[in-house]
Amino acid sequence: MNKEILSDIISEENLVYRKTPLMTNNILSYCPGCGHGTTHRVIMEVIEELGLAEKTIGIAPVGCSVLAYDFMNVDMQQAAHGRAPALATGIKRTWPDRIVFTYQGDGDLAAIGTAETIHACNRGENIVIVFVNNGIYGMTGGQMAPTTLPGMKSSTSPYGRDVHIMGNPLKITELIAELPGTRFVTRQAVHTPGNVRKTKRAIRKAFENQLNFKEGLNFVEVVSNCNSGWKMTAVQANKWMEENMFPFYPLGDIKVDGELLNK
Amino acid sequence: MGELKLMKGNEAIGEAAIRAGVDAYFGYPITPQSEVIEYLMAEKPYETTGMVVLQAESEVAAINMVYGAAGSGKKVMTSSSSPGISLKQEGISYMAGAELPCVILNVVRGGPGLGTIQPSQADYFQAVKGGGHGDYHTIVLAPASVQEMADFVAKGFELAFRYRTPVMILSDGLIGQMMEKVVMPEFTPRWTEEEIIKNAPWATTGKPATRERNIITSLDLDSGRQEQHNLHLQKKYREIREKEVLYEEIMCDDAEYLFVAFGSSARIAQKAIKLARDKGIKAGLLRPVTLYPFPTDVIKKLSMQVKGILSLELNAGQMVEDIRLSVGCNIKVEHFGRMGGIIHSPAEALQALEDKIIGG
Repeated sequence: MNKEILSDIISEENLVYRKTPLMTNNILSYCPGCGHGTTHRVIMEVIEELGLAEKTIGIAPVGCSVLAYDFMNVDMQQAAHGRAPALATGIKRTWPDRIVFTYQGDGDLAAIGTAETIHACNRGENIVIVFVNNGIYGMTGGQMAPTTLPGMKSSTSPYGRDVHIMGNPLKITELIAELPGTRFVTRQAVHTPGNVRKTKRAIRKAFENQLNFKEGLNFVEVVSNCNSGWKMTAVQANKWMEENMFPFYPLGDIKVDGELLNK
Repeated sequence: MGELKLMKGNEAIGEAAIRAGVDAYFGYPITPQSEVIEYLMAEKPYETTGMVVLQAESEVAAINMVYGAAGSGKKVMTSSSSPGISLKQEGISYMAGAELPCVILNVVRGGPGLGTIQPSQADYFQAVKGGGHGDYHTIVLAPASVQEMADFVAKGFELAFRYRTPVMILSDGLIGQMMEKVVMPEFTPRWTEEEIIKNAPWATTGKPATRERNIITSLDLDSGRQEQHNLHLQKKYREIREKEVLYEEIMCDDAEYLFVAFGSSARIAQKAIKLARDKGIKAGLLRPVTLYPFPTDVIKKLSMQVKGILSLELNAGQMVEDIRLSVGCNIKVEHFGRMGGIIHSPAEALQALEDKIIGG
C-alpha cells in the first residue's frame, strides 16, 4: 500500500477505532479465532472507560490465559491453578478501595478451583470474576474439561464424553448464582459484534457493582470457542459453539442485583 | 517495656501479630494450633488496628489469600499444623518463586498422614529443605518458648521483607499449647499506603501512570530467564546463610559432650545437661534458633572440642543429617528421639547420651 494512503488512513481524524492503552503491544499468544483476545480487550476497555486503571489489580490463572499479565497493562498477579479467587480475596480484603478481578478458564475455575470459586462467591467477596468457558483444556493440548459437553471429543475423551464414566459437565455459573453472596451473574459470548457489545455491557455492570457496593460477587461467564482444541476452523468452531454450547449453556443474565431471573 | 502476660504459645502468636502491625491473618482450624485464629477472632483486631482476620475454606485457600495480600505489599500471615502445612506447600513454593514475604506458623504434630495431635518435630525436613516443589528454601525460625513465639512474629516479617521470602516459624504442639509468662512487644502501627509503596515497590498496589505495571508471578517459560531467576534465588539463600544464622550455646565452654536440639527438645535437653553435670558428665547444648540457615559453623567448631554429639529431636532422626554434614572431624554423631507425639524426658535424653555417645 502507498505510504501516503496508509498515513492518511491512520491519521488521528480518520481513526474510528483505537486500541485501549490498557492492552500492551505484546503479541497475543492466543490462536487466531480464539475469544480470549476479544475478552481481554473488552475488560481493559471497561477499566479504561471507568477510569479505574490506577486502582485495578488483575489475577491471571493457569491455562491459556496464564500470560494475561503480558497483555493487560495493569498491576497483575499470577495464581496457582484454581486459586485466583483466594488471591483476589486476600487483595480485596486488605485493599478494599482497589478494584480486583480474576480471569479464569473452565478447568481452573470449575475443576481444580471449585472450592475457591464457590467459597469466594458464597462469602460475597466484592470482586469481579470473568470466566471463559470453552469446554476444553486448551493450553495442555485439548483434554476434557469440567464443562466438556456430553459426547464431545477431547484428547482424554477421544470417543466423546461418556457421562456414565466421566461424569456430567458442570454448570457452575447456575450453581454459584444460587448462592446468596453473588450479586450479578451472567453468561455472554464474544463471537459476533453484537455479543461483544453485550459482553462489554455485562463486564461494565460487574465493575460498576464492585465500585458501588461493599459486598457481592460479580460473575461474568463468556462462552467461547477453542478452534484448535476442538480441531475446527475458527468459523466452524463458532458455528459449532452456537449449535452445541449455547443450548447447554444458554446466554443471558442469570442473576441481577442479587435477584435470580426466571425463578 | 512491653506488657507481661501469661499466655499459651498459640495465643501469643495472635497477640504478637496484632502488635506487630500485621495487616491480615488467613487460616483454617487444625489441632494443635486453632487457638491462633480463635484468639484473633475474639480480639477483633479489625476494629482496632484494622488487621483482617478470615477463616478460609481450606489451608490451600488460606495460603493463596496470603499470596494475594503479600503480592500487594501487605504484612500477612497464616498458621497451621503438619497435615495443613502439607496442603500449603503449593502456595509456599509459588511464594518462594514469586519472592513474596509472609510468615507461616507450623505447630507440628506427629505424622505421617493424619498422625496424631500431640507434639512432634517430624516436619524438620519439610521445613528446612524447601517443602514444596522446585529449588527453594524458606527461612525457618524455631521458637523454644512462648516468648520466642511472640518475638518471632515481628522478626519473621523483618526477615521476610528484607529478603522477599516466606518465613516459617517451626513450632510444635508443646510450645503452642503450653502457658508461660511472656513480655509482649509494644504496638507497631500497620504500614500506611505510602509506606507499603516505599517498602514494597514491587507490589501490585495499582499502577500509577508514573511506573510500569508490577507483575507477581513465578512463571517464566523461557528457560534461560528461569535459570537466571534460579541463580538469583540461590544467591539470596547464600546471603541468608552468611548473615542470618542464629543459635544459643548453653554450657558449651567446657563441654565434652554436646546435645544439639531445637524447640521443645531444647527445653528438655537443657534439663538433661543439668542432670548430666550432676553426675559429673560435662554436657552442653547447642540450640539452633534458625534451622534454615543452619548453624553449621558453630557445630563444626564445637565438634573439634567435644567427644560426641547427640541430636535430640521429636522424630526419627532428621536434623542429625545436617549435624553430620557440619562436623569437621570423625566424632560420634547420633540421634535420639521419641515419636508419635510422645515427648522424651530429660532422664531418657541423658540415658541416650550415655548409651549412644559416651558408652557407645
